[in-house]
Amino acid sequence: MNAAARSFGVSLPGFVLLSTLGLSLADGSGLTGVAIALAAVVMGWFTIRALAEHFKTQRWARLAAPILLGVLILVLWEVTVRALEVPFVILPPPSAIGSKITNSMPLLWADMVQTVVKGALSGYVMGCGAAFLTAISVDRSPFLKRGLLPVGNFVAALPIIGTAPILVMWFGFDWESKAAVVVAMVFFPMLVNTVAGLSETTAMQRDLMHTYAATYRQTLFKLRLPAAMPFVFNGLKISSTLALIGAIVAEFFGSPTLGMGFRISTSVGQLALNIVWAEIVVAAIVGSAFYGSLAMIEKGVTFWHPSQRG
Amino acid sequence: MNDKTPVIQAKNLDLTFQTNDGPIHALKDVSLDIMKGDFVSFIGPSGCGKTTFLRVIAALEEPTGGSVTVNGMTPDEARRARAYGYVFQAAGLYPWRTIEGNIRLPLEIMDFSKSEMRERIDRVLQLVDLEGFGKKFPWQLSGGMQQRASIARALAFDADILLMDEPFGALDEIVRDHLNEQLLRLWDKTHKTIGFVTHSIPEAVYLSTRIVVMSPRPGRITDVIENTLPRDRPLDIRDTPEFLEIAHRVREGLRAGHAYED
Amino acid sequence: MMRNILSILTVVAAIIGLWYLLCIPMNMHEATQQAQRAGAEVTPATASERLQLGGIALAVQNPTLWPGAFGQDRPRLPSPDQVVAELWNTTGAMVLSGRSMTKRSLVFHGWITLSATLLGFVFGTGLGIILAVGIVHSRAMDMSVMPWAIASQTIPILALAPMIIVVLNSVGLQGLIPKAIISAYLSFFPVVVGMVKGLRAPGMMQLDLMRTYNATRGQTLWKLRLPASMPYLFASLKIGISASLIGAIVGELPTGAVRGLGARMLTGSYYGQTIQIWSALFAAAILAALLVGTIGLIQRRTLKRMGMQP
Repeated sequence: MNAAARSFGVSLPGFVLLSTLGLSLADGSGLTGVAIALAAVVMGWFTIRALAEHFKTQRWARLAAPILLGVLILVLWEVTVRALEVPFVILPPPSAIGSKITNSMPLLWADMVQTVVKGALSGYVMGCGAAFLTAISVDRSPFLKRGLLPVGNFVAALPIIGTAPILVMWFGFDWESKAAVVVAMVFFPMLVNTVAGLSETTAMQRDLMHTYAATYRQTLFKLRLPAAMPFVFNGLKISSTLALIGAIVAEFFGSPTLGMGFRISTSVGQLALNIVWAEIVVAAIVGSAFYGSLAMIEKGVTFWHPSQRG
Repeated sequence: MNDKTPVIQAKNLDLTFQTNDGPIHALKDVSLDIMKGDFVSFIGPSGCGKTTFLRVIAALEEPTGGSVTVNGMTPDEARRARAYGYVFQAAGLYPWRTIEGNIRLPLEIMDFSKSEMRERIDRVLQLVDLEGFGKKFPWQLSGGMQQRASIARALAFDADILLMDEPFGALDEIVRDHLNEQLLRLWDKTHKTIGFVTHSIPEAVYLSTRIVVMSPRPGRITDVIENTLPRDRPLDIRDTPEFLEIAHRVREGLRAGHAYED
Repeated sequence: MMRNILSILTVVAAIIGLWYLLCIPMNMHEATQQAQRAGAEVTPATASERLQLGGIALAVQNPTLWPGAFGQDRPRLPSPDQVVAELWNTTGAMVLSGRSMTKRSLVFHGWITLSATLLGFVFGTGLGIILAVGIVHSRAMDMSVMPWAIASQTIPILALAPMIIVVLNSVGLQGLIPKAIISAYLSFFPVVVGMVKGLRAPGMMQLDLMRTYNATRGQTLWKLRLPASMPYLFASLKIGISASLIGAIVGELPTGAVRGLGARMLTGSYYGQTIQIWSALFAAAILAALLVGTIGLIQRRTLKRMGMQP
């Protein structure tokens, strides 16, 4: 504990002090500013090392370490960009992105609703739902299953995002075409995972149901679906990221004058990088929130699985 | 107790598996009657067909020749009539269900009423000494307790026949002794007919009324030994001369089956 | 094995059959239009009435005109044979006539995309492996960097692509490098996460054995951790290469590039050249399959030589 106090006693105040110094005299300070920022980074890194050395088992330390790393990178970014007066059109400082976010809340919100709620989420629900039902209906035929699994695995590895121009042509510029792209992207990963999950039961578990003279439905609902849940959630989690990618990239091929992908592609053209970064920050927050909530539901549903018991 | 009505009758049973290395004769010309209330152990080296025989009785395998009846029906009809409970080598409890939930599983499938389920769960939990553990999940219990829960699950729907496939094979000796004792008491209380596969001679002698000695390639019955020990068997009966005498006969039988071979 | 092939062929045949079937309602409007111009009887008689109808209804009312749904110049959905013919005309046929590197050749466009993909993939996986080694050996890096690497998989980082292209373009970097950078960071994160898992795959007993030999960290890395990580490495390489390819394709979208498979898709969608989009899409799919297949082949041979796979 004493050693911990000593290493923190130097590195943490050092980091805070140097960061404040760097940030306060950043503008146009040239290499001096950069040097101060680098010194702050070194101090910050020592703080993280002290955390890792002395508090590796603590929960708060496990949370603090990545946050500290994030802050460190933001400080370096902010001070360097302002000190060297890097043009906004190349890399805006984080503070500018932050203020852009707070200033353009309504715009970002509207874009988010268009892309995430209308495009990604509707396509996600349709695609995953269809894949789930397909998996269950295919599951009764070993013949189809043997064929569909390799084909599905193959298709899941293909650049499905390339169907975007075609689907935009078919379904128009609005959210329907984005939802269609999302359906195409999530269907096969979800299908493959669910089919694999439904085969996850052991011979003994199936024999047991057989000795009870259980019906197909009873076996499905009481054994195979619960056993498949870890796989189903794996599919759902993979698909959540794919859905956002699909909805955003599909907007590069045409959209109403709204949406995150639309904003990114048009603002990039106008070199208005503030708003592009703002959209990316929103995408990151939405993406991790989506994934995180799925992981939380998964924890509740598959609490029994060895990977969750830890 | 032995009222001499056969519950399970096997006549000239044959079972051949087709594999890539040619046919395997898992069972050849196996005939056996199991009477009501019997505790029959099947013993023999691996590959002698003891598990296969049990699986044929349970309609988990289809014989290629001969006939079996269970309660006068074919095994498959008996399975549909839920005539037996089966206990596997591993507990095989569903990890997403509590112990109670696992015992409730067969009852749900067989459409018991809610109140009936409750009553039966409590009764079998008591039978296997697991009162108070009903709300636990399987992975929170020891291996021995899990196996007891799986026996409770097999008992829950009150089939007259209990088929057990090396149920204690994976447990350590102390736990196994304890469970053997409990199983005997349970058999005494419930008057079930039990078919029990094991590879332990003391276990077979300690538990059963009859010991069926089997031998491999092809899987067949080489000897059926009537157990003359009294029904009331404390654990230390295993040190008595009578016990050792029967164990000796079983060992002889096993050896004879081998000499036959090479 | 034979049964599997039969199953796969059945599934593929079913997909192709469905595709042909789908061509009829998709292309029926155009087919009736052409038939009417040629003087045939069409129900309903006017184009505006027909627009009110869906493709299926129109197909049902004009069963004799179904053949017209195939072989159109700019169909909404080209039939499989049209796509295959276009693929052959722009690849094999051009190679045979010695024009494989001309602007119309998909071999040329494929090569443009492939070179960026491979360059980015090599850098991305190389850096990913180095970072994974660092994470496994430094608790500070594990605690601070690893959470971000995992989080990156839940975020649509592909959305950064247009900005990277445009920003690098404004500082004079064009063509191969910007696309390769996108490919690199897309393959980077899956490799980091997979390799960290792989380098941690050796069990306590194996690590303890190395300790009884008083092995250095370097020896433990070379003789135990790296060999043990091979299955994980190949699994993440497969994910990484398809991510790289997608990155390179999406990287070709924003600047109005004229070279590469992504550019083919984009120009195809500008000019309504559906057959061109579809053939570019299939070329990308074939490329992805070849890349993943190649890694799979190397994987099988390597693991076999290492005795980790029969």
